[in-house]
Amino acid sequence: MSASKLNPLQPRTPLPSQVVKDDEGALVAAAKGGDITAFETLVGRYERKIFRLAQNITQNKEDAEDVMQEAFLKSYQHLGEFQGNSRFYTWLVRIAVNQALMKLRKRRPNQVSLDEEVDTGEDTMPREVEDWGPSPEERYKQSELGGILSSTIAELEPPFRIVFQLRDIEELSTEETAEALGLSIPAVKSRLLRARLKLRQKLNRYFRQGETS
Amino acid sequence: MNCKSIVKEISNYLEEALDPSLKSSIEKHLENCEDCRVVVDTTRQTIQIFCNSEPAPLPEDTRQRLRDALFKHLNKLRT
Repeated sequence: MSASKLNPLQPRTPLPSQVVKDDEGALVAAAKGGDITAFETLVGRYERKIFRLAQNITQNKEDAEDVMQEAFLKSYQHLGEFQGNSRFYTWLVRIAVNQALMKLRKRRPNQVSLDEEVDTGEDTMPREVEDWGPSPEERYKQSELGGILSSTIAELEPPFRIVFQLRDIEELSTEETAEALGLSIPAVKSRLLRARLKLRQKLNRYFRQGETS
Repeated sequence: MNCKSIVKEISNYLEEALDPSLKSSIEKHLENCEDCRVVVDTTRQTIQIFCNSEPAPLPEDTRQRLRDALFKHLNKLRT
């Protein structure tokens, strides 16, 4: 293996949906002033991402639809409180996460407590150690890959799944994630590490070299 | 530095959140440990694959139904 492959996270080319468009501030300002068309543009820009976030947290399609609806509605109602200290999307994600957690707790009242101690099992060494080859993403069609990723993340327990969703999919900072979930920073870090290792292990069955779709 | 401590530091290593001496100890270990190299590399790929993934489009009927309901509520709020 070449040394260059060992480098830390290489800079990623942002996807179109991840680019903060220059007009976001103007759209938010217009929506605050009552321009519903501006708000509709924001909804169109983020509805797919918010739906995926809600689906990944609740693991239920109907709940995810409700969460998306409620998140946009609440964001519109409370737009006046948005100070612009963070991206509008980050603020929206926090609203959606709160709604999704409420749904999840309603469905599984005894199983979902984010603030309790969880066994992060950091002493467990990864068992399957096989190279994936240069680009596993290119071996699958986008829809197939999407199916693999959503079924893989669904296998994680909520405390790990939700932290991974916020940090590595929505790209919130550790501090923003801790604040959104009411967790300490060390708790976010240890859950994130465990989630990453668990997902790596689960993806191994699809991506190890020699494995094809 | 042993394999167990490498695993504990994977997140910090990948996020470049380590002091230079710890980073260099990790890299020294990685030069000689094939298993840890693979774990670090596949963990990095795991994060990138999820982060780069695009959400699936919403089915058009679902999207339209949700939009209609949302804007019905929003219009009520405005009046």
